[in-house]
Amino acid sequence: MSVTSPDGQTTYGLQIQPRMGFFTDTSICIGCKACEVACKEWNLVPEDGLDFTGNSYDNTGELSANSWRHVAFIEQRKEIPVQEAGVGTDFRWLMSSDVCKHCTHAGCLDVCPTGAIFRTEFGTVVIQDDVCNGCGYCVVACPFGVISKRELDDDGGMHKCTLCYDRLQDGMEPACAKACPTKSIQFGPLDELLERAHGRVDDLHEAGVDDARLYLDGPEDGIGGAGAFFLLLDEPEVYGLPPDPVVPTKHLGEIWGSALVAGAVLVAGVAAAFLGAGE
Amino acid sequence: MSDTATTPDGALSYYGKPIIKEPVWKPEIPLYFFTGGLSGAAAVVALGARVTGNDVLARRATLVNAAAIAVSPVLLIKDLGRPALFLNMLRVFKVTSPMSVGTWVVSGSGTASGAAAACEVFGVLPRAKLAAQCAAGALGPFLSTYTGALVADTVVPVWHEARRTLPLVFAAGSAASAGGAVAALTPQPFAEPARRLAIVGGIAELVTVTAMEKGVGELVGEAYKKGKAHHYGRLAKAALLAGTALTALAGRRRAGAVVGGGLLMAGALSERFAVYHAGKISAADPTFTSLPQKRRLAQQQR
Repeated sequence: MSVTSPDGQTTYGLQIQPRMGFFTDTSICIGCKACEVACKEWNLVPEDGLDFTGNSYDNTGELSANSWRHVAFIEQRKEIPVQEAGVGTDFRWLMSSDVCKHCTHAGCLDVCPTGAIFRTEFGTVVIQDDVCNGCGYCVVACPFGVISKRELDDDGGMHKCTLCYDRLQDGMEPACAKACPTKSIQFGPLDELLERAHGRVDDLHEAGVDDARLYLDGPEDGIGGAGAFFLLLDEPEVYGLPPDPVVPTKHLGEIWGSALVAGAVLVAGVAAAFLGAGE
Repeated sequence: MSDTATTPDGALSYYGKPIIKEPVWKPEIPLYFFTGGLSGAAAVVALGARVTGNDVLARRATLVNAAAIAVSPVLLIKDLGRPALFLNMLRVFKVTSPMSVGTWVVSGSGTASGAAAACEVFGVLPRAKLAAQCAAGALGPFLSTYTGALVADTVVPVWHEARRTLPLVFAAGSAASAGGAVAALTPQPFAEPARRLAIVGGIAELVTVTAMEKGVGELVGEAYKKGKAHHYGRLAKAALLAGTALTALAGRRRAGAVVGGGLLMAGALSERFAVYHAGKISAADPTFTSLPQKRRLAQQQR
């Protein structure tokens, strides 16, 4: 028996695993940041400064080499029908724990020139730290701005969420999902998560939360769907997410074609310069 | 308490923070785009001169080719976060990664160019020299243009949207700088093909850059009107215009060829820095990412 992974690789035997992922249901996130802490603790992700941003309760700022989970805090003058926050009816607080999307078509993996980034048997995308030479190509191949360079302690390598590859191999769930007190972060086989997520959206719509929508839940988007998808209550860009992410290698044929044509034009130009000189 | 955050353009955003990450590449990278491009086009000139029996020109072009490719790996390795692991680039060959393909092109053409230059300088092994020159000349055009593919294969809006034109911009700049450099070093009448290439390359660079800046669309093209991208872009256009004109009018005299060639090289170099900075500018502002995507979605729904 064999199984074909999201990027079309076929695996056999003992390595066969269902594609695992995260469903982050932001409608029940309480902004406790336990996911951020658990991730740092388990993965030995270093502290990168205790800054006060002034942006609500978000002092992490963004996903980076040193923050593999990032809880966003958005304050809005909008009501949320099923919530009684005790601060009036025209206020809602959106909280969302962002993470690497573990894309079906992963730009970082495609462009990595050392083979440091690979797809695991769980369908997740992981950087091998001892192979990465810090070229930085993955940083600009990610439509979500997940990866960055770790400048601390002369590290120089690129880092991101591994979806706790080490824990998965031992049959455990990732640290962030384990620590989440409201099950806003759910971990499991992707097909089960998707089914659950669609049910949750239907429930929310029925309860009058018309804004609820799934993000990166389908294979028809520009990254072929994600291993980590979300239930959002507003437009993606409100959370700092791209509204229509497309993997850059989707246009690889066009890109290589242009380079070859340009090379041919250069040869023609040089040839013309020599032929012209013969007159 | 703030309302939903918007950017100055009125687009929705998360406290105006970027959606994608800014490139971590340092100025060594645009500098390499210049030296690599120059080297690649010089290799083609060297081969052309050898084939047409212009050995005086071939010698200069061979040496320019070798000198420019010699500094390239130094620049590339210096930019790595972990320079000691640079050899890991040679673990794999991946067509999905222009940087991987480019590593092999640089390695191959660097070896060939070095061998050709060594044979040239020591005046030995004429057949090996010709073989090395053929290899360098064959890889040269690709060495000049793959870097355009490299930056186009990213999510940086001003680079990705220019995926059709960027390799042409780099090819034209390579022709201008290689033509200018070789023409400046070669005595007349042997320099004539290089001089013609310099002029054609200078004009082509001006035309392709304009086409690229227009082609990315009004919204994304704004990046070229801001900050350092704007300054380097203007500098590039001025230097290319002056260099092309001077090479055309006074390029047959040594002084004219030297100054004209220098201006063309400066122009091609500035243009690479303009592209580099436009990339950084378009990555740092979330509207460059989100607005074109919103428009695309709206069009699909219609």
